Amino acid sequence: MSLGRYVGRRLAVTVPVLFGVTALTFSFVHLLPGDAVDAIVGFRAVSPATEAATRAEYHLDQPVWDQYLLWLRDAITLEFGESPVTGRDVSATIGRRLPATLALGGAAWLLALAIGIPAGIVAAVRAGEPADEVGRLAALAGIATPNFWLGLILLFVFSVRLGWFRVLPPDAPLVSLATAKFLVLPTITLGTASAALVMRLLRSSMRRELDATYVTAARAKGLPERTVILKHVLRNAVLPVVTVAGLQLAFLVDGAVVVEGIFSWPGMGRLLVQSVLQRDYPVIQAIVLVIGIAIVLANLLVDIVYAILDPRIRY
Amino acid sequence: MALLEVEDLVVQYYTDDGVVRAVDGLSYEIRAGETVGLVGESGAGKSAASRAVLRLLDGTGEIVGGEIRFRGRDIRELSADDLQAIRGNEIAMVFQDAGAALNPVYTVGEQIAETIRVHEDASDGEARNRTIALLDRVGIPNPAARYADYPHEFSGGMQQRAVIAMALSCDPAVLICDEPTTGLDVTVQAGILELLAELAAKSETAIQLVTHDLGVVAELCDRVLVQYAGEIVERAPVDELYYDPKHPYTVGLLAATPRLDDDRERLPTIPRPAPDLVDPPTGCRFHPRCPYAEDCCASRRPSLVDPVSGRPVDGDPETHVAACLEYTGDLEAGLDYEVQIRDDADSNCRERKQQGEPR
Repeated sequence: MSLGRYVGRRLAVTVPVLFGVTALTFSFVHLLPGDAVDAIVGFRAVSPATEAATRAEYHLDQPVWDQYLLWLRDAITLEFGESPVTGRDVSATIGRRLPATLALGGAAWLLALAIGIPAGIVAAVRAGEPADEVGRLAALAGIATPNFWLGLILLFVFSVRLGWFRVLPPDAPLVSLATAKFLVLPTITLGTASAALVMRLLRSSMRRELDATYVTAARAKGLPERTVILKHVLRNAVLPVVTVAGLQLAFLVDGAVVVEGIFSWPGMGRLLVQSVLQRDYPVIQAIVLVIGIAIVLANLLVDIVYAILDPRIRY
Repeated sequence: MALLEVEDLVVQYYTDDGVVRAVDGLSYEIRAGETVGLVGESGAGKSAASRAVLRLLDGTGEIVGGEIRFRGRDIRELSADDLQAIRGNEIAMVFQDAGAALNPVYTVGEQIAETIRVHEDASDGEARNRTIALLDRVGIPNPAARYADYPHEFSGGMQQRAVIAMALSCDPAVLICDEPTTGLDVTVQAGILELLAELAAKSETAIQLVTHDLGVVAELCDRVLVQYAGEIVERAPVDELYYDPKHPYTVGLLAATPRLDDDRERLPTIPRPAPDLVDPPTGCRFHPRCPYAEDCCASRRPSLVDPVSGRPVDGDPETHVAACLEYTGDLEAGLDYEVQIRDDADSNCRERKQQGEPR
């Protein structure tokens, strides 16, 4: 099967999964104990007339599947209504926050790969040597360090004591030198554990591949060791890393809750925390939907990259 | 000076059970264009000896002694660059499991073409055209289309042909084939053997054929080396080995080879398992399994001698030599086996039957 057909089939499978994500996202409000109207009005005592009006406004007087279809119709056009808590348009709020989260999450993800992959290769090739031992300790420390602690320490040392970085985000556009500089510490905080994970995973995967006969065969052909490692071994060894890196990409989008809090970064993580504290259900619903879609898309991406790297998967 | 000379090669593997001397003082030579078989049971150190030639020992394997001279240069002394220039270019290797020797994520054509590109100053197009010609030469139908196929789209036999094409890509002076037909089914084996026989006959390439299959050796080789427990126990031109085996181990191997018209209920086997190379037997390493062993065999180590004169091995690789105390006059009862040679005129093919008859 060609790669194009494989991607087409995989895309077709994604559609029902996305419907599943919307259905689950929609129904969680209905699965929560209590009446949705109470939630919407913020658990205040309201008059029956207000209650009926609210019920009608949010179509809560209609059968649940009608409600779902109505919500889905709006969701497809990115219309999530207004937040009953802040009165702001939900889509606009998320639209403002999402780029900030993607910028931080993307930077952290790139950092994780930029450190994890070369370090993993070196550790595998130099297994048992000092470089490998140092890598092992560094990875262990990276995985074991809670990111809130790392974030606070970095903030304290480099921003508060040394003054190299700002403590609060600059009042500058997202794509600007000042913002990029500010993002250094949050990126390190968020990316460290992922880098360590990628490194250890790639190391063990490469160790396994290095014993394969095709590696000996590649050396027997007279290929330089560099070609053997970077062309032959790496492409096979990177497959398990792709799976994890794809999921990491999705998790970095929502996993920034703590790091965004520490660095006062105006992303979706902080929005989610605020919304949960304020019981702002339409916002929570929209964020959960965005995260769900991000995970589905990340999986799709993983499957496509997999098929590009390993032709056997296209079958 | 022979093309490839191996002298007193010692290869060790370090295992949890101890140090395994997989190859222990192995010496042989291969001259340009000839085909030499290296036979023995599994675990005799045949593969270790062959991989050592290109310094491709796996796992904990290490060459601890001896010399491997190719065109007079010691391969053990070569720098990484010089070694790479020889690997795949002057000495190439065909692996036992072709499916595993091909990288699953690159096309078969690319894996052959990259060998050409790395050794010769060939453009991508030239390397591609030469690869297609090679695929055609090893008998792969529709080679231009199969160039872009991945290994998993090839059958087992086609994979082995592709691996042979890869080894032949730079016209090597020596081709080391490690069990090239093991694991293939019989009809496919026949095809690969035919291809190798054609290579052996036509090209200038010398072949070192590693196998446990004496039938394969009979078809392809000019000379045979019989390896047992890391040492060579007999060396002979191929016909002499089959008609007149001199070492009891060779006799046992020949007797255990099945024939098409076999009417024997069971094939004779060599008693007891192959020796533990962590702690090999003293004296002659074959003595615990040898039907003719006497007391002296456990204490005296035989060396390779001319069975007729009893003189030590001379410089001529065509001389038939065997390492058995019989030929230095140390055995009292001697070796007692007979060789039966059957001529079958109808099928126009010589059947050889050897049987060691223990007293």
